[in-house]
Amino acid sequence: MTAVSETPVTAFEDNDQSPVGYGRMLRKEDPRFIRGKGRYIDDVQLPGMLHLAILRAPMAHGRLVSIDTTKAAAHPKVKLVVTGAMLAEKGLAWMPTLSNDVQAVLVTDKVRFQGQEVAFVVAEDRYAARDALELIDVEYDMLTPVIDVRKALEADAPVIRDDLEGKTDNHCFDWETGDAAATEAAFAQADVVVREDIVYPRVHPAPMETCGAVADYDGVDGKLTLYSTTQAPHAHRTLYAIVAGLPEHKIRVLAGDIGGGFGNKVPIYPGYVCAIVGSLLTGKPVKWVEDRSENLTSTGFARDYVMRGEIAATRDGKILAIRTNVLADHGAFNGTAAPVKYPAGFFGVFTGSYDLQAAYCKMTAVYTNKAPGGVAYACSFRITEAVYLVERIVDCLAHELDMDPVQLRLKNFIRPEQFPYETKTGWVYDSGEYESTMREAMRIAGYEELRREQAQKRERGELMGIGVAFFTEAVGAGPRKDMDILGLGMADGSELRVHPTGKAVLRISCMSQGQGHETTFAQIVAEEIGIPPADIQVVNGDTDQTPFGLGTYGSRSTPVSGAAAALVARKVRDKARIIASGMLEVSVAALDWEKGAFHVKGDPSKSVTIQDIAMRAHGAGDLPEGIEGGLEAQICYNPSNLTYPNGAYICVVDVDAGTGRVKVRRFIAVDDCGTRINPMIIEGQVHGGLTDGVGMALMEIIAFDEDGNCTSGSLMDYLIPTAMEVPDWETGFTVTPSPHHPIGAKGVGESATVGSPPAIVNAVVDALKPFGIRHADMPLTPSRVWDAMQGRPQPPI
Amino acid sequence: MQVPAPFEYERATSVEEAIGLLEKLGDGARIVAGGHSLLPMMKLRLANFDYLVDINDLHDELGYITVEADQVRIGAMARHRELLESNELGAAFPIFADAERVIADPVVRNRGTLGGALCQADPAEDLSAVCTTLGASCVIQGRGGERVVTMEDFHRGPYETAVGAAEMLVEVRIPLRPNGSSAYEKVERRAGDWAVVSSGAAVWMDDGVIADARVGLAAVGANTAGLPEISAALRGQAPSEELYARAGEIAARSCDAATDTRGSADYKRHLADELTRRALRRSVARINERA
Repeated sequence: MTAVSETPVTAFEDNDQSPVGYGRMLRKEDPRFIRGKGRYIDDVQLPGMLHLAILRAPMAHGRLVSIDTTKAAAHPKVKLVVTGAMLAEKGLAWMPTLSNDVQAVLVTDKVRFQGQEVAFVVAEDRYAARDALELIDVEYDMLTPVIDVRKALEADAPVIRDDLEGKTDNHCFDWETGDAAATEAAFAQADVVVREDIVYPRVHPAPMETCGAVADYDGVDGKLTLYSTTQAPHAHRTLYAIVAGLPEHKIRVLAGDIGGGFGNKVPIYPGYVCAIVGSLLTGKPVKWVEDRSENLTSTGFARDYVMRGEIAATRDGKILAIRTNVLADHGAFNGTAAPVKYPAGFFGVFTGSYDLQAAYCKMTAVYTNKAPGGVAYACSFRITEAVYLVERIVDCLAHELDMDPVQLRLKNFIRPEQFPYETKTGWVYDSGEYESTMREAMRIAGYEELRREQAQKRERGELMGIGVAFFTEAVGAGPRKDMDILGLGMADGSELRVHPTGKAVLRISCMSQGQGHETTFAQIVAEEIGIPPADIQVVNGDTDQTPFGLGTYGSRSTPVSGAAAALVARKVRDKARIIASGMLEVSVAALDWEKGAFHVKGDPSKSVTIQDIAMRAHGAGDLPEGIEGGLEAQICYNPSNLTYPNGAYICVVDVDAGTGRVKVRRFIAVDDCGTRINPMIIEGQVHGGLTDGVGMALMEIIAFDEDGNCTSGSLMDYLIPTAMEVPDWETGFTVTPSPHHPIGAKGVGESATVGSPPAIVNAVVDALKPFGIRHADMPLTPSRVWDAMQGRPQPPI
Repeated sequence: MQVPAPFEYERATSVEEAIGLLEKLGDGARIVAGGHSLLPMMKLRLANFDYLVDINDLHDELGYITVEADQVRIGAMARHRELLESNELGAAFPIFADAERVIADPVVRNRGTLGGALCQADPAEDLSAVCTTLGASCVIQGRGGERVVTMEDFHRGPYETAVGAAEMLVEVRIPLRPNGSSAYEKVERRAGDWAVVSSGAAVWMDDGVIADARVGLAAVGANTAGLPEISAALRGQAPSEELYARAGEIAARSCDAATDTRGSADYKRHLADELTRRALRRSVARINERA
């Protein structure tokens, strides 16, 4: 392991490099983005294209009595009006969710959340489509909504999912992990037990580009081309084939450029299906692009876990066990996108980065009259919630023991020699040097000096807080024996073709939403075969052009697809070696590879470059016996395990004692994501995730009033942070490669989103220590901080 | 994309023409200035109008900031950015720059206008609180000429003003008195957000005692409100922490706070107190700095 510090980047010259392989370089995709030449869903314009708008339910729970579309259909520019009843005739009123539940495409019986899709209009332009929505007359009978998750299972709670046969309550699923008895035994022998109720409120990914689709059905050759905002084009294509009964080879999904996903663009939304139906029925291309309010109120939310955390320890700070009970709000339909065997995602990593004797989690998931979803916002399949829980409860323990939170963590970390380490909930952590990573963060922060400053400020009545969090993620789903989504294994394909002149095209199955795949994947291939990244085109997001794979979410691109890219490049290099042996007239064993060329061992002057080899592979000359022409390969990579990135985060806040306002003064993030492919891109991902964390910790919540009206339906109400709320990020890193990953890399895209909220909350709670505060829930708005200072912290829901 | 209901659009090139258009088009017409409150409401279809009368061409005519001997006159089309960047205005009333720095963001400030802000009559709107604090009056012009109303009379309730049919706000007048200063304090959940609570203060000193003082609050009542009881309590007193505390206590007691997503009623009352103290303290400090 190496530990290298990074000072905040003030000069960018070092980014403008052209590594043949790993290293800093500017993103290949950025010229088109910064020139406004990206191709997002709303940029798609097709001849004769019509526009679709969706009528949404005004209440959270209500029975559909009647729906009259006569006036809307009579609008001069309207081509089509479709209701749930019409879809039901075609067997399309309901569709499967990614969690083996079903979700209404359009309401046929009753409304189950405010903003649910009731009918749609297809018109000549989007203005007419929107106007015509107001001409649809719908009569509803109001029903009492289930909004408070804690009351969802009460005997007299109205049953939301009466569409499910025999359903008499709002129970969604139960799930448990760990060993209840062993955990109870560990708690029984503990000197100290700390309990805390911890809420991770519902938040929303709110990508800059909302969701949308353009469906173009060609009635002559029976081919559906679907442009859509999807993080998983191949999985979507297969599901459309299954749902709509269209032959899979006649469906082409094109994702184009995606303006941010964060998990919001993993599910299939009713709007996509409506666009397809609209095109099938009109024979024209049909565009649907949701507006901001539709995105916030109806698409995949994140979190919404009400957790009780319990931690048991000895008096001197050895953590024995962690136990948690979780009440999970899944909204009206279980739309969670997670591997099927993991209904709670990877929440099982709630044991954190610590060597425990026992752990146990019991979870109950319920339906409520809220939008469906549940895995989104860069959460790594619920690891965000798990890490928040453990890092908060460990701080609560530090509070009770009156121990420095860093010292408590250092005392309990899994030690380097314990890897691979199997946790008490069955996860096999691949590698980590937790103490070194923690100490690197402390060094950058000047931790001891910060504590001295805090002590002085406390004497003056000033509220300064220092928060620490250490996370371990489990990313890169996943081994296909354990992990599938609706039966589709979570492996990823990759194809590499080297053209005669030595340029190459790499086709990958995952899908960039801004992560920089066109650059990172070109660098992965460059590192393996020595072709400069500029000469490698990376194709993603077109199911007709790329191999099958499950897409990009849960930080899985580099762990899975990145591995596939490296391995397919090695396969090409292996073939190149054989061709080179023919060209140099020596055996393959007599060749040495130096990035970009083979030379004869002991005689570097006898050498052929990869470009020479590519031309030979496509040329007229002889090739070694048994070798076909061409220089290309294809593989499908099935990971043997997840990768476990980790990191140490330290946050410094100042709280205005008079107003409760929190100022994040400093934030130090030391990440260990194994091998670093493009440090600039990693830093960008970390910066973005940290900013997300500030949002969640301090301001974001999708809130509902008691009638189930979503009160966070616009960006005036749902606050996301701006540059004004964030400090200059201070990033650093350690490098502990993943032992099982072909290039030792681990996923990093969500690390900062996972790790930063507990660091910020821990800092605010630390600042409020003079008030005797041990816990306060997010979002820590000025009002909620002030409430905590008055000794009455309130849960946000 | 959120799209408004259908509407027609007219562009006025003089105050006269704008008033004529309002007269001709009737109740279904609405003036649009910067548009940063009106257009979002229209896109959400919370507000629907048959006609918009665009008065942005009147910026030359109504974009002035004129500091005279005994008053400052500001045209209704003066944009936020111009208010923020005017050194003369900042010297006379520092409260303007304090407030403008925390109003929305540069994009909004480039377009939004003083007149638009006041006519929107949002209870949490900052410039309304500033004008209330400074005892401003509003010049409303109609076919029959102009009339002048105080800020108290200008705002009639949330989103309601004294501007009648076929009338428009053309100017805001602020009395200029010697030896005074002012300040604005706002708590927001995030930069660019509406105030949770804000408090403006203006203080005029005479020989070590407060000759006059005014406090205006935003986001704790139907409209931004001036608090005459505070003025009465401060007049003739020497500035002190105890005096600010008394003013804060009056502000907390007098405001009409309601719990909402921005904060609890208790918290807002506390802020009315805390921010009033801070604004008064800063106003007096500014006077002392100058002296």
